[in-house]
Amino acid sequence: MMRYEVYVTGKPGIFDPAGKTTAGALSNLGYAGVAQVRIGKFIQLSCDDSVSLEQLTEMCEKLLANPIIEDYRIEEVLEGAEG
Amino acid sequence: MSARFGVVVFPGSNCEQDVVYALRFLGYDAAYIWHQDIDLSAYDALVLPGGFSHGDYLRCGAIARFAPAMEAVRRFAELGGPVIGICNGFQILTEAQLLPGALLRNRGLKFICETVPLRVELSVCQWLDLPAGAVVRIPINHNEGNYVCDPETLAGMEVRGQIVLRYCEPDGSRAPEGSAPNGALDDIAGICNESGTVFGLMPHPERVVDGIAGLTDGAAFFAAIARRIEEMVA
Repeated sequence: MMRYEVYVTGKPGIFDPAGKTTAGALSNLGYAGVAQVRIGKFIQLSCDDSVSLEQLTEMCEKLLANPIIEDYRIEEVLEGAEG
Repeated sequence: MSARFGVVVFPGSNCEQDVVYALRFLGYDAAYIWHQDIDLSAYDALVLPGGFSHGDYLRCGAIARFAPAMEAVRRFAELGGPVIGICNGFQILTEAQLLPGALLRNRGLKFICETVPLRVELSVCQWLDLPAGAVVRIPINHNEGNYVCDPETLAGMEVRGQIVLRYCEPDGSRAPEGSAPNGALDDIAGICNESGTVFGLMPHPERVVDGIAGLTDGAAFFAAIARRIEEMVA
């Protein structure tokens, strides 16, 4: 089995009210140095070896992300990386 | 012969009965279409109703757009058939790229349920029986109605007359800070495709056709389709 992690985030310029609100809360807690918070999605996929990176990219383009408003990044989780 | 509307029902749709009730109240024929159905040949017009298709998981409309019926909806639309998407139906049409742009979470992060004034814009939309400049009052009821698209798309839609409805003040003007309660770009509440045959809007016209809720402004959103179909059949 292969494990992949997909990060989906709003494109730059897409207003993220949840991120902005959270940044305000961090500021209220005294963390003055936090310039920006962006909140996105984290998707884990466990796949058998037949699934290619090209197919994962296709999955992101078709369904997991909406390319009009979101960017995505696919990361392969290496064997033994988890405890 | 009265127009036959098909109302596509996805798992999690919840406004399909309101739409069918409204259409029948107005004297039109209306039936439900299950999202697995692929033969839509019995219908003159299609409505994608509001609700939370597939739980709104991932993104609103993202999963529903791949329903078998949606391929048939696409073919129906390509042939110029009337398609209206209301609320979640609008979200599904944008996810399916039958309409440009996308609908984000409301800017204020709150679910909004209220009756709002809307201004009818000069557009190519073929399915709105109202003159440009008319102000109607229709309920909105959504968490993700904040319309966005890139600046080039917006400019193109403006030039081609694809912006059909805008949120406005009660007198029809637009506030300098924006009149959209959900933060929608350029106060956009409803848009259509370039040919004016696919129409998506966040407000719910089906809820205000019979006067029980004090308003009847929604009837005009279905009357133009019905008349056009009756003209074509005649």
